Amino acid sequence: MKASRLEVLAKNIANADTPGFKARDVDFQKVLAVQSGIAALTTTHVQHLKTSLVNSDGLVYTNPYNQSLDGNTVEIAMEQAKYGKAAMDYQASLDFIQSRIGSIKRALKGE
Amino acid sequence: MALSDIFAIAGSALAGQSTRLNATASNMANASNVSGNEEDAYKAKRVVFRAVLENEMVGNVMRPAGSLAIDRVMDDPSPHPKLYDPGNPMADDEGYVYKSNVVDVSEMVEMLAAARSYQNNVEVINTAKELMSRTLEVAKS
Repeated sequence: MKASRLEVLAKNIANADTPGFKARDVDFQKVLAVQSGIAALTTTHVQHLKTSLVNSDGLVYTNPYNQSLDGNTVEIAMEQAKYGKAAMDYQASLDFIQSRIGSIKRALKGE
Repeated sequence: MALSDIFAIAGSALAGQSTRLNATASNMANASNVSGNEEDAYKAKRVVFRAVLENEMVGNVMRPAGSLAIDRVMDDPSPHPKLYDPGNPMADDEGYVYKSNVVDVSEMVEMLAAARSYQNNVEVINTAKELMSRTLEVAKS
């Protein structure tokens, strides 16, 4: 999920000069809701149709602080800041995984 | 995989921005060209970008959705300055020559903008590269 957010932000940065391009971002709340299954509508009858919110990828359009004439909503400074933060988040997740692997290894060695 | 797509996306932006730098170089080189009529005078070249909306194949290279492509290279429609210079061999019957419609100052700005966007995408690639190599090293220690 962290890697896909990085990809979305990379797309924004790549298209910072494309006329009419709309910047996007991943909404963590939405992804969380989908993953934990609370995004779908509750059904009270077997014949109710299943809602398809479940396959939402959490992509949202960002609102720019300043409008530009060509309709592009990428604000490069904001995107860079987001990209940097997303990269740190990714590294933090990596560190958690790494320490988990480390503790399992230590437990196996019986140190 | 998402991280490896970043290389293709930022790479397409590098290619696009370097085309833009190329156009700027061409404009600067021809800034003082003159011609005998308005049609033949050098017109500033402008690169128009578009976003790739769905994965597409270019030759045998996959271009992932969201990467940058060049829509077209168009001529700047702004008017050409008309100079009275009857001594010029290019002058028309009335003694006028038409200069290219390149504005040096805005070309310099264009060049800086393209160079900065290029650098941004290089940073994106560097970060993605570092994250990938760190991911590879997770299980090592």
